[in-house]
Amino acid sequence: MAPETNIATSTMANTMTGDPILKVEHLSMRFGGLMAINDFSFEARRGDITALIGPNGAGKTTVFNCITGFYKPTMGMITMRQKEGKEFLLERMADFEITRDAKVARTFQNIRLFSGLTVLENLLVAQHNVLMKASGYTILGLLGLPAYRQAAGEAIDVAKHWLEKAHLIERADDPAGDLPYGAQRRLEIARAMCTGPEFLCLDEPAAGLNPRESLALNELLRSIRQDSGTSILLIEHDMSVVMEISDHVVVLEYGQKISDGTPDHVKNDPKVIAAYLGVEDDEVEEVIEEIEEIEETQGDTH
Amino acid sequence: MANISNTQESAGGNLTARALREGLFAGLLSLGLFVLFVGLETTQNIRNELVLKTHWVALAVFVALGAVGRFLVVAYVRPWMAARKAAAAAKPAVEGDESFLKRNFSKIAIAFMLVYPILAMAIFGVQGSLKWVDNFGIQILIYVMLAWGLNIVVGLAGLLDLGYVAFYAVGAYSYALLSQHFGLSFWILLPLAGILAAFWGIILGFPVLRLKGDYLAIVTLAFGEIIRLVLINWTEVTKGTFGVSGIPKASVFGIWSFDVSAPNNFAKAFGLSMSSAYYKVFLFYLILALALLTAYVTIRLRRMPIGRAWEALREDEIACRSLGINTVTTKLTAFATGAMFGGFAGSFFAVRQGFVSPESFVFLESAIILAIVVLGGMGSLVGIAVAAALMVGGTELLREMQFLKQIFGPDFTPELYRMLIFGVAMVVVMVWKPRGFVGSREPTAFLKERKAVSGSFTKEGHG
Repeated sequence: MAPETNIATSTMANTMTGDPILKVEHLSMRFGGLMAINDFSFEARRGDITALIGPNGAGKTTVFNCITGFYKPTMGMITMRQKEGKEFLLERMADFEITRDAKVARTFQNIRLFSGLTVLENLLVAQHNVLMKASGYTILGLLGLPAYRQAAGEAIDVAKHWLEKAHLIERADDPAGDLPYGAQRRLEIARAMCTGPEFLCLDEPAAGLNPRESLALNELLRSIRQDSGTSILLIEHDMSVVMEISDHVVVLEYGQKISDGTPDHVKNDPKVIAAYLGVEDDEVEEVIEEIEEIEETQGDTH
Repeated sequence: MANISNTQESAGGNLTARALREGLFAGLLSLGLFVLFVGLETTQNIRNELVLKTHWVALAVFVALGAVGRFLVVAYVRPWMAARKAAAAAKPAVEGDESFLKRNFSKIAIAFMLVYPILAMAIFGVQGSLKWVDNFGIQILIYVMLAWGLNIVVGLAGLLDLGYVAFYAVGAYSYALLSQHFGLSFWILLPLAGILAAFWGIILGFPVLRLKGDYLAIVTLAFGEIIRLVLINWTEVTKGTFGVSGIPKASVFGIWSFDVSAPNNFAKAFGLSMSSAYYKVFLFYLILALALLTAYVTIRLRRMPIGRAWEALREDEIACRSLGINTVTTKLTAFATGAMFGGFAGSFFAVRQGFVSPESFVFLESAIILAIVVLGGMGSLVGIAVAAALMVGGTELLREMQFLKQIFGPDFTPELYRMLIFGVAMVVVMVWKPRGFVGSREPTAFLKERKAVSGSFTKEGHG
């Protein structure tokens, strides 16, 4: 099994039809009487930018929190498969283990930076586990061994690399809380990348950005995928970002998947249009009938 | 504020009149307040009669303080502050142009501490130096060390610990009991006391670290009390409230002893006159070394991944977890490291006093140590050292103010007012500098230049 996977990865790493990196199967999340996510399944392929969209309150962030371990799902299985074929069942892991071992990093909808630490320090904290090992779990580092000093230098180089990518190198020594909003968003992405993830989850990275910043974000995300081969899953409301950069779009409404496919396919899906634009209550049945008709005709043509 | 600057602009005479009026009013107010608090006192005489004693002089001092204080504030201090504020606003702040003293403050302070006992001996003589080295030097340094130890838990990791004195107690009793029962020397028991305290830190920390903020504070407070109650009630081992006495003295690495009867007595070996002052000087250097060790380790740890993780934990725990940091072990290491230094300080305390009892480890001690950390500025070593010197040295200074007896009568003991002054000082400092003496934070790494992070960005922590 394992060698086959390796071959598959190496040949298809950069193609659109790569193997699944993340598989979510029958995911359900219940908060008391509220079914926030109901039997939700999707796949994110390696090397893709997958977008998860849906109206407010559809359960997108809940899906994220389940994937990254901040919530324990009521039901379902989330499988992360790394490049070397190692598999992790994320629903069984603690949140910090998901980042440390399974290599899934995330950002937050409401930015969570260490505002009293400098920009550079934020990126160094993200390399905690690497540095911890290099410092012999602090003991060897306290004695001032050169191995740690070298690792610390390398960590700063990694941080510098991501600061340049995020156009933040000029502000490296400023407190993170002092940055403008757009820069904080980019810093949070850079910080997540410093953990060395294979799969990056971004919760509304373009929220509150002006059009220029949002273009710069697109560029950053594309370069992340291209240079480090990291697959991306993003929640987004900004359709210009979603349609522009994503390879695959999953639409969620009331905790259920209503559409899944390429951006063009999703854009023209009547269910999605209905979910986003909304229909009058008495028109619901009509719309459903229409949709069913369309689905039938689509089924015939396929 | 606005109307003050207006009056200042309109007329100087107007201001003086206003100040006089407000001063008079404040005097009347303090007369009304203090006439019953201070001026009149009811006591019973020998025949069980209720007698009214009057303290008109003391009352006059209070009233005068109120009136003159208000007058000075309105007439001089406020215009001066307003002028200074205006000047500061007009002139853009020039950073990095600090005076030599400010830049090298910590080096100068360490150098001063190194020569301090010698200076004290030179000025006050061998016996006269006792008070200055022991009451001031050692006492302040113990609190500096304790506050630096607590700073790791509260200042860096942002975990509010109200029971820090428990680890101090563990260290003190470890030394007191182990040295008496097993005859182990101070130099073996010092690290052992630290390890035992750290061990207790982990034991206490493990169940409570899932709590946050206020809940954590309450539980740590309870643990501090539990340790004290165990010390009181486990009489077979700790001798309860009687305490453990006759704790052996420390020696200079076993080479010279400070026991009077020992053949290798320090004073005998150097042909000096017999005096306990030499032991105190030795203890002074010992606690200075321990405190500097605490500072050194703190500075080193801050530049290590674990120290950065502590500070990150203070800023945002959820973000920490999203970056793959195991927050439980990170919190535990902070707890254990802080507790270890508390244990070191505790074993030093036992050696210095020669006697430990549960009374030395009451909640008030925890509160004072925490107050020093908060006043100094959480996370700042220099600020905390200054706060400890002011707070502990200040209360010791009160003992010296015997001239106050001439004003308030022979029964007046200035030491009794130390808590009042402590509280007032805290209020004043918190109004004047809400983030403590040193509110800014030194970054642990930089690319181009080291810029201090303003206190307005750092958080206090909620864990």
